[in-house]
Amino acid sequence: MVRRHQTIAVVSAAAVVIAAAAASGQTQTAGVDQPDQFGFGRPATHAEIEAWDSDVRPDGHGLPAGQGTAASGAAIYLQLCASCHGREGMGATAAPLVGAAPESTPPFGPRYEAWRGDRPDVPFTVGNYWPFATTLFDYINRAMPSGAPGSLDADQVYGVVAWLLAKNGLVADDAVMNAETLPEVEMPARGIFTPVER
Amino acid sequence: MTHKVTRRGLLTGAVSAAVLGASAKSAHAQSSDTTKYPGGPPTELGLRSPHEPLRRPTTGRVVSRTPHQDLLGTITPSDLHYERHHAGIPEVDPATYRLLVHGMVERPLMFTLDDLKRFQAVSRIAFLECSGNYGRNAGPDSKPEQICGLTSQSEWTGVALSTLLREVGASPDATWFLAEGQDAAVMTRSVPIEKAWDDAMVAYGQNGEPIRPGQGYPVRLFLPGWEGNANVKWLRRIELSDQPFMTREETSKYTDPLADGTARQFSLTFDARSIVTRPAYPEIIQPGWVEIRGIAWSGRGAIARVEISTDGGQHWTNARLQEPVLSKAHARFRHLWHWDGAEADILSRAVDETGYVQPTREALRAVHGRRARGYHLNPVTGWTVRPDGHVFYKEEAPW
Repeated sequence: MVRRHQTIAVVSAAAVVIAAAAASGQTQTAGVDQPDQFGFGRPATHAEIEAWDSDVRPDGHGLPAGQGTAASGAAIYLQLCASCHGREGMGATAAPLVGAAPESTPPFGPRYEAWRGDRPDVPFTVGNYWPFATTLFDYINRAMPSGAPGSLDADQVYGVVAWLLAKNGLVADDAVMNAETLPEVEMPARGIFTPVER
Repeated sequence: MTHKVTRRGLLTGAVSAAVLGASAKSAHAQSSDTTKYPGGPPTELGLRSPHEPLRRPTTGRVVSRTPHQDLLGTITPSDLHYERHHAGIPEVDPATYRLLVHGMVERPLMFTLDDLKRFQAVSRIAFLECSGNYGRNAGPDSKPEQICGLTSQSEWTGVALSTLLREVGASPDATWFLAEGQDAAVMTRSVPIEKAWDDAMVAYGQNGEPIRPGQGYPVRLFLPGWEGNANVKWLRRIELSDQPFMTREETSKYTDPLADGTARQFSLTFDARSIVTRPAYPEIIQPGWVEIRGIAWSGRGAIARVEISTDGGQHWTNARLQEPVLSKAHARFRHLWHWDGAEADILSRAVDETGYVQPTREALRAVHGRRARGYHLNPVTGWTVRPDGHVFYKEEAPW
């Protein structure tokens, strides 16, 4: 689905030239080529990388141990999320998270237009516009709840994710979400996205 | 907004009181002839004339907009640069700031701000624009800042990202990189690695000074010509990968649902656009000579020409472009027009060096459909001059 980009070879620069010029004492008139390495910065430790590297990819890379279900996530959602996103995942100040066009997913395009008629527009939600379930974990883990981002542990995030997926009808109410099951969730919007070719 | 500034108000203000001695002040108060009394001293920080109360309209913690109707050149003063934040402006201590570059590299490295400033530096004048920079439902009483106030231009200075990728020994198999900010959104975007080898910059300078907190102090990613959201502010981490990470912003948010039922993803490069910034609402113009002025820009290169119509699109004439016309930068255009006092519709249309022509709203709507989310829209827009000289945003059919 996503195009592979042609890799551009790293161009070697001319550290040798600089060394030669320095040795000869000649004046540089056209500037000095950039060296391969400047030697600035220091090696990053494993602990430093671990502390920041929380990203989760669609293939599940980056998902931590832990698990949750819609039941375990419901209480957390109600306590921490519902005030902005609504008790049922819609109808509050923040963008709705729950809801899908019953006759047509995604909530746009010719099929949607034909279905919509005089009905009100269906919002863009997890159920009809999020192509990857893994993105839910990544985003909630890093940025939610907005008043205390990064405060949920892995089990809590898996629980809220499970609740959202179940509310959207994408997994069973008792489905266990973890590093193995989450990447396998089929998202209705998965096939609609096409990368722009440049 | 405007402030009524009176000479009396100026004279009794704190500035003049601090600046002028008592005798000079009384002399000043009796005369507007500035040749008859000494002027004030310089100040440590230059101030705008109180006659020019330039302001950005803001919306909550989320947005501020550049008042293009008040600007004269191509550089946006740094304090008038637009902002779009996803979780407010963090206070980052430059002493403890770190940038981590890791992933598909030989040597994961941690850089301090001083480290970044030691590298070979580059500068570039370029625009920066938010993806949602089109007031789709703007009414006739809309200013240029409301139609496209989410683009601004600066001279950005920093280290080329390619320099950092050489430093860490980037794998030739890496095809994407993730950029992460240290705001409370911990903003993340995936960027094709060609951009890193082309012209991406890890920027710490804006218009000759350290970049401002609202622009990512002390360090932001700068991707000339590419959508603002990917120019991650308060940049703390770059991770090289062989696939995109599919973050929230690049999947469920900054994507374009289309009329055909598909959705465009990674539409990162801005297509050419222009806007007339004068005459514009709320100006009132007089019959006779009027210089039509505005800006045009493209994420794909330099603007080749800007065409002006004063009859609603029936006839077009090339405007003059102010040199230098830079690639991926706002260009200023001007066009002399003799207004006869009859109602007139003024339009501008940009063409960039690739031959791309700025489209009409109707053409965009046909592709994006009624449910367009409002990203990456660059239609021809215009202004209607009424016979009484009042200028209004040109009425548009409902989206």
